[in-house]
Amino acid sequence: MDFSLNDDHLALRDAVQRFCTGEYPAEHRGNPETAAQGRQRWQAMAELGLLGLPFAADLGGSEQGAVELMLVAQELGRALGGGAWLAHTVLAGQLLARLGKLSQQQQWLPALASGERQAALALQEGGGRYDWQRVQTRASRSAQGYTLNGRKTLVLHGDTADLLLVVARTSGADDDRQGLSVFALDANTPGVQVQGFDTLDGRRAAHISLNQVELGAGQLLGEPGQAADAIEAVLDVANATLCAEAAGAVEALLVHSADHLRTRKQFGAPLAKFQVLQHRMADMAIALEQLKSMACAAAAAVQGDDAAQRRRVVSAAKAFASQQGRQIGLAAIQLHGGMGMTDECRVGHYSKRLMVIGQLFGDAAWHLQRIATHHRD
Amino acid sequence: MKLQFTPEEDAFRLQVREFVRQQLPADIKRKVELGLRIEHEDYVTWFRILEARGWLTPSWPAEHGGPGWTHVQRYIFDEETQLGGAPRIIASGIQMLGPVLLAFGTEEQKRRYLPDIRQSNTWWAQGFSEPGAGSDLAAVRTTAVLEPDGRHFVVNGHKVWTSYAHWCSMMFALVRTDPQASKPQEGISFLLIDMKSPGLTVRPIRMLEGGTDLNECYLDNVRVPVENLVGELNQGWSYGKYLLGHERTGIAGIGSCKQQLARAHQLARQQGLGDDPLLQARLAQFEVELMALEFTALRLLSPHQQSRTPGVEASMLKVRGTELRQAIYETLVDIAGPDAVPFSLAAQELEHLDQAAVDQALVALTANCLDSRKVTIYGGTNEVQRNLIARATLDAY
Repeated sequence: MDFSLNDDHLALRDAVQRFCTGEYPAEHRGNPETAAQGRQRWQAMAELGLLGLPFAADLGGSEQGAVELMLVAQELGRALGGGAWLAHTVLAGQLLARLGKLSQQQQWLPALASGERQAALALQEGGGRYDWQRVQTRASRSAQGYTLNGRKTLVLHGDTADLLLVVARTSGADDDRQGLSVFALDANTPGVQVQGFDTLDGRRAAHISLNQVELGAGQLLGEPGQAADAIEAVLDVANATLCAEAAGAVEALLVHSADHLRTRKQFGAPLAKFQVLQHRMADMAIALEQLKSMACAAAAAVQGDDAAQRRRVVSAAKAFASQQGRQIGLAAIQLHGGMGMTDECRVGHYSKRLMVIGQLFGDAAWHLQRIATHHRD
Repeated sequence: MKLQFTPEEDAFRLQVREFVRQQLPADIKRKVELGLRIEHEDYVTWFRILEARGWLTPSWPAEHGGPGWTHVQRYIFDEETQLGGAPRIIASGIQMLGPVLLAFGTEEQKRRYLPDIRQSNTWWAQGFSEPGAGSDLAAVRTTAVLEPDGRHFVVNGHKVWTSYAHWCSMMFALVRTDPQASKPQEGISFLLIDMKSPGLTVRPIRMLEGGTDLNECYLDNVRVPVENLVGELNQGWSYGKYLLGHERTGIAGIGSCKQQLARAHQLARQQGLGDDPLLQARLAQFEVELMALEFTALRLLSPHQQSRTPGVEASMLKVRGTELRQAIYETLVDIAGPDAVPFSLAAQELEHLDQAAVDQALVALTANCLDSRKVTIYGGTNEVQRNLIARATLDAY
C-alpha cells in the first residue's frame, strides 16, 4: 500500500494547476462561461492531453488511469473548472473506448482527444431517478440498421456536443439489465432534438428527444444488448472522479473560510478567535482529509478488477462525498455570514457545484442502499 | 500510488490472523467478544504470548526489540488482533513509557525497567491527570521538591483517573519542579515513582457502568530517588507530549469499530432486524464512515504523505474514530431494544455469566456503551483536539 505520487503525477498536477490559474481567475470561478471562453479552454485542455487522458496512445490518448483522472479532477474542482471534460472524456469517451470495436474507436476517439469533436452521454430518462438500467428508449431493427425512439434528460453538456452516445434498449423489459445497447450518432441526425438548459452550478445540460432516428448498423457500439457492465463501470469511474473533484472544491472552501476567519473582525476580534467557529473549521479539515483518502480509495477500486469491491468502495466514497460536500459547502456559507449568501462571494458557487456532484449518478441514499444490498447478498 | 495491499502484506495479515486463531485462549476471546470484564491475568497471559512471538512492542524501535514493522504492518496487526477478539495492548508501560524511556531515558533506566515491561512483570500507572488538570494538563500542581542533599525529590499532590493503579507497581508522573516558571508548560518534570512508597495511597473510583478500573492516587511526602527523573529537569512537558502522540495514533480503534459493527450486523439478524430499513441505513452509514476513517489512517500515517497540517493527523483520527465508536455502541443498545434494560454487574464476569437475565450476547452492551463515553474524554478531549486541528488549519490554509 503506497499513497505516494511519482514525478509524472506531480508534473500532471502542476500542469493542470497552471491551466486553472490562467483560465479561471479566482474572482470569476463558478461563473457561466462564454462561448469564446469555452472554446479557448477546450483547446487548452486538448493541448494538455486532458481530453484524451484515458484513451490508448495510438488513438490520440495519453493512456492514463484512474489515479491521473483523480489528480486532474481534484485540480479542476479547486478552480470550479473543466466544463464538459467529465461528460466528454470520463463518461462518453470511456464508454466508447470500452464498448466500441477497434474500427469504431479509430473513427471517433482521435477526434475526441484532439477536441475537434465534443461528446456527451445520453443515459438518464425522466422518472427513473438513479436506476440507470431502467431504459425505455427503444432501438428497433430496420433495413439499414436501427431506428431509435425515446426521450433522454440531464445529458450533461448535451447542447454543445456534436457526438451523442445514446443508451437504448434493443431487447427486454424496461428495467432488464440485459438488452441495453449504446449508439453513437451526430447531434444533427434527423429526428434528434436537443433542448439545452442551465444547471444549478452554472453549467449546461440538455433534454434530448429521439423521434424515428434512423441509424446504420455500424453506429451500434460493440455487440447488441451487452452494454450494462460497461455502463456500470463507467458510472463508477465517473463517481470516483466526482469524489476527487469534490475534494478539490472542499479544499478551496477551506482556503476561503480560513482566510475569512482570519481577516473578518466582529466584537473586536477576528472570527478565528471564536471557538465555535474554530471547531467548525476543525470538522471541515478532518472531512477534507477523509475526502482525499476516499478519492484515492475509489480511484484504486475502479482500476482494480474486482467488480464487487469496486461497487462497494465507490459507493462508500460517493455517499461520503455527497454528504460531506454538501455539509461543508453550507457550513462555509454560514462561516461567511451575509456575504456568503451573495453571488459575488465564491463560496456559494463551490457550494452549488458540490450540491450538484452530490445529486449526480446516485445521491448518498442511493449509494448507501447499494452498500446495504451488497451486504445482504 | 498503489492502494492494494502487497502480497507480502496480505501474507503478513494471514500470519497474524492464524497466530491469533491458534494462540489466543478461548475464554479470553469470549470475554473480549462479549464485552465482559478482562482480568489482569488475562492481559498478562496474552501479552506474554505476544512477547514470545516478538509482537508485543510494535511501537518500539527495531534496535530496542520492536519488530521493525512498517506503518502498514502495524495497522494490519492492530486490525487483525482486534478482529480476532484479542485484548488490546492497553498497558501504559508498553504503549507509553517504553517509547519515552527509549527516546529520553538513561541507559540505567532502560536496563532497569524495560525488560520487566516486556515480560509484563511490571505494570505502570499513568500519573498525569489531576482534579484541576484534565485536558488542561499543563495545570498540574503536584509538586516535587529536591531535598537539600540533592538525592531525593519529595512529591506531594493528587493524581486521578489512574487506570489499573491497583495492578501497578510503578507510576510515571508529571510533577511541577519549578513553580516560578513563566509558562505553565515549563517547570514540569517526568518522574518514575514506586507505588509501594510510603505516603502513596490508592483509592478506586466507581464508574457509572459499575467498573472500578480507575483510581485516584494521593501522594503525601513521597520520596523519590533523583535517578528516577527521566530526561532533563523541567523538560517533562515535551516528553509527555511525545507520549500522548503515541497514544492518540492507537486510539482511532479501527479494528475495534469493525468488530463492533460486525457484532451489530449479527445481533440485528438475531433480533429480527436484519431487514429493518432504518437500522440497515445506519449500519451502511457506519460502513462508509469506517472506510473513510480507515483509508485516512493509512494515508495520514504513510511516511510518504505530505499533509498540509502536519502534527495533527493523530488528533484527526482520534476525533473521528472515537466518535464513530460511540455511535456504533449507541446503535448496539438500540438493537438490544428492551433487552438493554436488565443489568447485572456480576454477570459481566465470565464465571457469573449464567446469572444474566438477558441473552449473553447482550449482557454487557449497555455497560460497554456507557464505558465508551470515555474515549472522547481521555487522551485530550475531542474538544481539545479540535482546538489543535483548528489552529493548524487556520495556519495552513
